Amino acid sequence: MKPVVEVEDLSKLYRLGSIGASSLRETVERVFGKKKQPAIAPTTKGKTIADDRLGPEPNSFWALKDVSFKIEPGEVVGILGRNGAGKSTLLKILSRITEPTGGRAILRGRVVSLLEVGTGFHPELTGRENIFLNGAIMGMKRAEIAAKFDEIVEFAEVGKFLDTPVKRYSSGMYVRLAFAVAAHLEPEILLIDEVLAVGDAGFQKKCLGKMDEVATKHGRTVFFVSHNMGAVRSLCEHAILFEGGRLVKTGNPGDVISRYLSASTPQDSEVEGQIVWNGKDAPKSEDMKLRSIRLLNGHGVPQSAFESDKPISVEVEYEVLQRMRGARFCLMLLTQEGEVAFSATDHMFQQETQPPGVYKTTCFLPGGLLNRRQYVVNLQCDIPGERYVLPAAEYLSFTVAGIGNQSSTFPEPWPGVVCPRVSWKVEELQP
Amino acid sequence: MLVMAEVAAPQKFEIIIEPSRGWMNIPWREIWEYRDLLYVLVQRDFISRYKQTILGPLWHLLQPVITAAVFTVVFGGIAGIPTDGIPKLLFYLCGLLGWSYFSQNITNGGSTFINNAHLFGKVYFPRLIVPVSVIASNLIAFGLQLIPFVFCLLFYKFFTHQGDSIMLTWRVLLTPLPLLHTALLSFGVSLWMSASTAKYRDLIHLNQYIIQIWMFATPIFYPLSRVSPKLEWAIWANPMSVPVEAFRICLLGHGTLGPVEIIISVVTTLVLTVTGVIAFQKVERTVVDSV
Repeated sequence: MKPVVEVEDLSKLYRLGSIGASSLRETVERVFGKKKQPAIAPTTKGKTIADDRLGPEPNSFWALKDVSFKIEPGEVVGILGRNGAGKSTLLKILSRITEPTGGRAILRGRVVSLLEVGTGFHPELTGRENIFLNGAIMGMKRAEIAAKFDEIVEFAEVGKFLDTPVKRYSSGMYVRLAFAVAAHLEPEILLIDEVLAVGDAGFQKKCLGKMDEVATKHGRTVFFVSHNMGAVRSLCEHAILFEGGRLVKTGNPGDVISRYLSASTPQDSEVEGQIVWNGKDAPKSEDMKLRSIRLLNGHGVPQSAFESDKPISVEVEYEVLQRMRGARFCLMLLTQEGEVAFSATDHMFQQETQPPGVYKTTCFLPGGLLNRRQYVVNLQCDIPGERYVLPAAEYLSFTVAGIGNQSSTFPEPWPGVVCPRVSWKVEELQP
Repeated sequence: MLVMAEVAAPQKFEIIIEPSRGWMNIPWREIWEYRDLLYVLVQRDFISRYKQTILGPLWHLLQPVITAAVFTVVFGGIAGIPTDGIPKLLFYLCGLLGWSYFSQNITNGGSTFINNAHLFGKVYFPRLIVPVSVIASNLIAFGLQLIPFVFCLLFYKFFTHQGDSIMLTWRVLLTPLPLLHTALLSFGVSLWMSASTAKYRDLIHLNQYIIQIWMFATPIFYPLSRVSPKLEWAIWANPMSVPVEAFRICLLGHGTLGPVEIIISVVTTLVLTVTGVIAFQKVERTVVDSV
């Protein structure tokens, strides 16, 4: 059987400094040569672009460069990479929202992209009308939607509100309805961009289950961009890692996740073991934004390597922008392979309501708990049973070294995601 | 056997994505595949436009009547522009039939890329569907606008002494022709406007003036017979003059149109539409990178 997706040397060049429509004056000046194009520093979002990403023209850069891969039908493919690595550009090209600059992609089957939940929903229209509208925008025929209608309504759990304008829906209902439509489209190729980061946990699980079913039972191909390593690990048979616009690794998810997480210090950290956001880049939502995350040793100094028997504090500083009720942080510690070591929450320590202001929540991990290996800190903030305030994402990684909590010298890596210090008692029962 | 295997393959079709070459890449087949979207978009426009208003679609009945009443006072009364012996209100209502449809089409359809930037950035469908849906959904408004006109026509024809000036002939049956002409012309113009505003935002403001000036250059509140011979060229250079005048010939039996004017206007319309489609498609390929 032919691969369902074939990508050959796909490249996309973006021009800098001309994001946003150019003004007529600029063009007139350019055409008549009055003004030379200003040499804008090659930066994007305040970060300098690596030399190999600079494009042939001044002020241009490769968002995607010479990417090639093949995907067999029925695979769930995880796409990994840091922000700006080219994941979204790839999805945009595959879903034909924008054209590539070079190379080509062959898609054998109908493509539906879910780059956002509820694209094209009209707030004034009822749930029923929006199902038809959304379905049609995604390329479904009216008859197909009508045939699937009951299933969609049942999946979305909005039965009673079917004839209510969606502007009166809660955000949870809105997301459920939107995903339900997309999940029932039955395309041969489904492209999903982190849409599962919204919605409550129960529904997320249902969506992940549906995606799995789409792939295994119906033999359809799913592309799945996510920062949620747990989901990628459990759903995907195949993963692709992007770094700086290039495809750097493809293979089974375990290996690719490991490579992704071990790649050089993530994001903006100046000092090892901490990320401090100043301004625009900070992860934020309507309700809150993060200010910093720090991994501190017993003396309150940030670092990224710890002794296994010493305590570690994970300190999160955040700013509440709108009064929140019942919000909690969940900290998940992942291994480099993406397995969950354990998770913890500050729910019982949080105030019932948090008025706007700056807060700090700190998780104290005792010494004698972790194994000698690399860990990744995954953090999310949610209001249980209602919605996500900040979607789960991996932020920092750190290494635990030292003799190990078993105080036993053992040349190989010690098995286990954690290695708690436990006590033993050895007795001689018979001489 | 080979053919059988081809058919049995699960892949129904192939989509090849690559940088497009040439200037004539119009996905006709795909537009046909998405015809249901056209229907849904028309429905959406109609529902969303009136859901929050008390009078709902009644607005379409009122709008032309109010405009025509204002014209009657200003152009008919104060300025004293004659209307070829046709009752003034009726004359203006007839002129506004074609013009309202035209101006609404280019107002709603003239900034397709800017109004739909978010949608276009998230999902693919043949973009041409959107301006087509504008033309189609305004057709409903046109139909509603006909109601006060027909009432007025029947009233003046049968209940007033001016009734004789109105000649209802077999030409009434030709009314769809100027309507089609208006639809096509406004389609071409809105495609050009969409393509140009996507590239140069400044032009949005310009477009508003274009519509205003265009209205004065079109024989809506004055008959062609009153235009001085020196300025006649300006009227005929405007492709919208012919359908507006043609509406009057069809519905009121009054007007002057020669074959030369009709041919010029039809050719201009066709050229604008074909080049508009090409310009629109050219911008469409990478518009999300810049809007």
